Amino acid sequence: MSRLRELTKGIIKENPTYVQVLGMCPTLAVTTSAINGLGMGLATTAVLTMSNVVISLIRKIVPDKIRIPIFIVVIASFVTMIDLLMHGFAYDLWKTLGLFIPLIVVNCIIMGRAESFASKHGVLDSMLDGLGVGLGFTGSLVLLGSVRELFGNGTIFGYKVWELKIFLEILPPGAYITLGLLSALFTYIGIRRKKRGEAK
Amino acid sequence: MKVFLLFFSAIFVNNFVLARFLGICPFLGVSKRLETATGMGIAVTFVMTVSAAISWFLDKLLISTGLEFLRTIVFILVIASFVQFVELFLKKTSPDLYEALGIFLPLITTNCAILGMVLLNSLMKLNFVEAVFHALGSGLGFALALVIFAGIREKMDLYDLPEPFKGTAIALITAGLLSLAFMGFQGMVKL
Repeated sequence: MSRLRELTKGIIKENPTYVQVLGMCPTLAVTTSAINGLGMGLATTAVLTMSNVVISLIRKIVPDKIRIPIFIVVIASFVTMIDLLMHGFAYDLWKTLGLFIPLIVVNCIIMGRAESFASKHGVLDSMLDGLGVGLGFTGSLVLLGSVRELFGNGTIFGYKVWELKIFLEILPPGAYITLGLLSALFTYIGIRRKKRGEAK
Repeated sequence: MKVFLLFFSAIFVNNFVLARFLGICPFLGVSKRLETATGMGIAVTFVMTVSAAISWFLDKLLISTGLEFLRTIVFILVIASFVQFVELFLKKTSPDLYEALGIFLPLITTNCAILGMVLLNSLMKLNFVEAVFHALGSGLGFALALVIFAGIREKMDLYDLPEPFKGTAIALITAGLLSLAFMGFQGMVKL
């Protein structure tokens, strides 16, 4: 049961995007469509899970003072692997995500999980934690990507929904404003839930 | 001529924060006060310019030895060690500035604007002078956006906002409007 909680906490309660406001750059930059968001989310999840496992494995032999550079090298190696794999097997996606694939290295979510979780917990827990947080991140990206694609292009995952097209949604300002409104919505739901809990 | 175009387009047209979405974390994180925002802007500009210069040589070295796939790892290590070096140097030579920058100095390592800058230079195949000016312009653009944004946020503290919009939500919407304003520069410089 507690193992399961390691997996699910990252998806809603500690959602990296809407609750912790981490990893904002890829969130805003690649979510012009739902499929881009999904691709970026899964790439990040893969790196996060693998780096969490390795960091958890070596956590006892890494000297405390130089742990950050070592973590960075571990993360950067996995990012390079994902970058080359995507270049080979998902070239179109690799091209659209572009610069933001190597930039997974400096995604604060990954470093944050390595430092605050994987360097202190066992291998299995760390793997589940990485998977959960990664999926939470993917979910947020797909949500934001879907909303932007729906209003900006009238489609979701490429399927046509309506004729409405607000061009601004696809442009940079649209990313900021949509994420702002979604984050206000999440806070609103949080506040209402708290109030209902108090009333009971 | 190309150097000037690169320099100005990096500040206004392709502004790192508002158009390229790089360095959003410090943009949202340290923009609550004007003073810290200015300090952060200067620190980032400095680190960015020097890292771009160092990485330019390393990139040429990697290409000539056929080890381009190590780019990401090498660049992030260069940035991390350079930031560490700047930290030690400032601590010895000017403790005041060191105190003022505080926690933001080590945080520059994980600022994706720096790594993004270096990778972008390598992708665009710029020569040394272009790369350095491109980095300087991008850094100044980042500082400009950060300072404007911090100014707006300081004013915004005085207004009574609806509960759900407080904090992140209104900051993001403000950034959206700022980005909209910067879109007015689009098309001014063509590269």
